[in-house]
Amino acid sequence: MPPESGRPLTALAIRNAVRAGRLTAAQACRAALDAIDVHEPRIHAYISICADRAMEAAHRLDADPARVARLPLAGVPVAIKDNLCTAGLRTTAGSRMLEAFVPPYDATAVRRLEEAGAIIVGKTNCDEFAMGASTEYSAFGPTRNPVDPSRTPGGSSGGSAATVASGALPIALGSDTGGSVRQPASFCGVVGLKPTYGRVSRYGLIAFASSLDQVGVLAGTAEDAALALQAIAGADAADATAAGRPVPDYAAALEHPVAGLRVGVPRALVADEVDEEVRDRFDRACEALRAFGLDVRDVSLPHARHAVPVYHLVASAEASANLARYDGVRYGLRAPHDGSVIGMNAATRDAGFGRELKRRIMLGTYALSAGYYEAYYARGQRVRALIRADFEAAFREVDFVALPTAPTPAFRLGERLDNPVQMYLADLFTAGPSLAGLPAISIPCGETREGLPVGLQLVGRMFDEAGLLRVAHAFETGAAGRNDGA
Amino acid sequence: MVPWEPVIGLEVHVQLATRTKLFCGCEVSSADAPNSRVCPVCLGLPGALPVLNARAVDLAILSALALGCTVHRRSVFARKNYFYPDLPKGYQITQHDRPLATGGVLEWMGAGGPRRVRIARLHLEEDAGKSRHEGPEGPEGRTAVDFNRSGAPLAEIVTEADLDGAAAAADFFERLRELLVAVGATQGSMEEGHLRCDANVSLRPAGSDVLGTPVEVKNLNSFRYLERALDHEIERQAAILDAGGRVEHETRSWDLETGRTLAMRSKEEAHDYRFFREPDLPPLDVTAERVAALRARLPELPEARRARLAASFGLPEAAARQISGDAAAAAYFEAVVSAGLAPRQAANWITGEIARLLKEARLTIDEAPVSPCALARLVRQVEAGTISHGMAKEVLERMWRTGDDPEAIVASEGLARIADEDHLGAIVRQAVNANPKAVAQYRGGKTLVFGFFVGQVMKATGGKADPAIVNRLLARELEKA
Ligand SMILES: [Zn+2]
Repeated sequence: MPPESGRPLTALAIRNAVRAGRLTAAQACRAALDAIDVHEPRIHAYISICADRAMEAAHRLDADPARVARLPLAGVPVAIKDNLCTAGLRTTAGSRMLEAFVPPYDATAVRRLEEAGAIIVGKTNCDEFAMGASTEYSAFGPTRNPVDPSRTPGGSSGGSAATVASGALPIALGSDTGGSVRQPASFCGVVGLKPTYGRVSRYGLIAFASSLDQVGVLAGTAEDAALALQAIAGADAADATAAGRPVPDYAAALEHPVAGLRVGVPRALVADEVDEEVRDRFDRACEALRAFGLDVRDVSLPHARHAVPVYHLVASAEASANLARYDGVRYGLRAPHDGSVIGMNAATRDAGFGRELKRRIMLGTYALSAGYYEAYYARGQRVRALIRADFEAAFREVDFVALPTAPTPAFRLGERLDNPVQMYLADLFTAGPSLAGLPAISIPCGETREGLPVGLQLVGRMFDEAGLLRVAHAFETGAAGRNDGA
Repeated sequence: MVPWEPVIGLEVHVQLATRTKLFCGCEVSSADAPNSRVCPVCLGLPGALPVLNARAVDLAILSALALGCTVHRRSVFARKNYFYPDLPKGYQITQHDRPLATGGVLEWMGAGGPRRVRIARLHLEEDAGKSRHEGPEGPEGRTAVDFNRSGAPLAEIVTEADLDGAAAAADFFERLRELLVAVGATQGSMEEGHLRCDANVSLRPAGSDVLGTPVEVKNLNSFRYLERALDHEIERQAAILDAGGRVEHETRSWDLETGRTLAMRSKEEAHDYRFFREPDLPPLDVTAERVAALRARLPELPEARRARLAASFGLPEAAARQISGDAAAAAYFEAVVSAGLAPRQAANWITGEIARLLKEARLTIDEAPVSPCALARLVRQVEAGTISHGMAKEVLERMWRTGDDPEAIVASEGLARIADEDHLGAIVRQAVNANPKAVAQYRGGKTLVFGFFVGQVMKATGGKADPAIVNRLLARELEKA
């Protein structure tokens, strides 16, 4: 299935072709696996590739054309970030701790994708337990950016972003806690959607920070992101924090006009610490939105500059508890030890967790400790409420908030490994919407002179994924239209 | 020496009688093979999430209402962080700063008068698994963990320090169990550990209102152990104070073997549990309607029932207590009374023979094979003089085994008393004629020999002779001879 135009087929195109009988699921799946083979030595986007399992699933689909005709993702090859549980398929979360862990169950989002006809071809690389912004903290080696392999793809969903950007397949699932879908999307030049907290079930998503984690989508187009979200969104009896409200028809929403919608830009925030070229592409993107008839105006988010420290405080505190279960008792690694229970816990956690994880566990444990709780965790939660209130106030004036996705384009491998604070600044514009639980999308909005992608982030009201996708789609097709005309 | 006054507060963990665990669909069961009632949630697998069991919430609310607590419209779950091999997630989901209910009281009539213990709080939490150590401590030993109990629903009930002695504490524990069984909140099996108790004990000079240093004593899982452990702990602390020493603020555990409490950890070694709100569960919102519906479902509570039985039936305290502890026993009692039996008679039979037979057969009173009506008919035959009291016990056992009517058993087995004076007269005469020596002794003034003749007649009739008639006939015959 060589794409004639040189551009990879979208999920929509694959699904339509498979439904029409012009393409088999097996052909679509084979093409994706072949492409992965080509790119993998260069970018290392995967921790596990499950070619046999994928081909079997594809053949099963092809054997049932009546069923295929109804499936919204019929025969679409997809990749899954390796922190989402897949029954019978090794799930490592990028950690030595779970190097040999094979879950007995599927994450809800994974099950729903498969039920929609998607075929899982592999598990993508990520920072250990999704903690990182470059995929360099994976225990299985870093992923490289397909645009420039000397640079990181961002993180923590770097593998998912890289494989979609390489053109091997149209959709991959990621997870976003403070920017882990949006920032790699921005670095790799693809669409990254972080839904509202509660829009997609977290059941089977290996927890990092439970009040922030959300399953997200990396896709080549807004239309494909809509297709994937449609499949995975909605209430789940297995997740008490999954929202019960009905899931709208996202594909239909893409067609609605965008003229007259109001977009707010927090100018004061964007002035800070932002790469000059990124700011320029962002300004041009705002101009483009205005050209499509949107009302672009200034808004103020006075507490947003505290988002990064607050995010790290809250996320690390929750992580310190979420990672306590890796004790060597029931599953995962059990390191050689002195025979005592504490010795087994300590040896296992020392051997199983990487440095960055240990740093965050210690930070989080400290923030929750008696005598420090009020000064750190409780205060962090109060500032979080202020950040949320800022957005609420902004959304009384505008329908969306626009921000750069990341303050810089993709940085080089190793460049920030020794400087965690610099690494944390990658979350400057993404942590705030995460703390507020809001949906946000990153869409490509141009390149730097070196050809590195830059992302435009749009933040929407709670549960307004439809609105985000609609503006993203208009931006994408409008930009494409102008390019075609040029 | 200063007399010391104990000040005791209890923390009781009650396993709620739900079919499934607090946060997953696994059945709560203690009898199954180890680790056969587990799933990703209660094993703490990566990515698994808790979902609250609504039935457990209902049972906790019922418990709170029975204890007169205020049930809060919103309560919040929290994580209590500590490492232990039988704690699968490395934290326990519990409630901390916003519990389900607060501010109740349990009142009852104790041996020394009315008792009143305030309830500080009642909250929901999950149980841990069970560790079993095999072999020696250290590398040669092994620890096995069974997660069947992991995630079982518990209500933790914390009292104020209102108890002034070991006996009162044990009495409270027993009354609490009775109450929670009565409202259906727990099955209440002490053997299966459905109720587990920790105690905070301190001593102060009698009459003082300054609190001493509290010591926590853990793992007091029967009424008797609780009393023995507290007695020991009070003695231990009194000895320290009498000698001018200071009681350490520490946690001790009760050792069944030695009958002593042993130090577990000092205050310095106490865990920092690093509580914070459980982000995987939304706050627990309980509507006023839900609370009202549950309140309407509350049965008559044991203490109220005891007072009512004592007052309206004139029962002695002990009998009223025994019958009122169990709604089914009280219902049985009232059915027997309304079938026409005197309340005291009914109480005697229920707390005596019926209780014994139930215990032997390991049945509860609502499973008793003898209906209240059948029991009443049996006892009426004793009152009518048809059978003796001793005979009635035998008939009851037969009714128990066969389910037959008492009248049918009495008739078919020829158990009815022999009240036929002609028939009995012949037997009496025979007994007198056959024992001339005894007759001579009787005439010589040894009236005790009268009993010997009664015995002879009873033996000859298989115990069925009506004693009153026998007495009258014997007296006449002995005078005559
Ligand atoms: Zn379970």
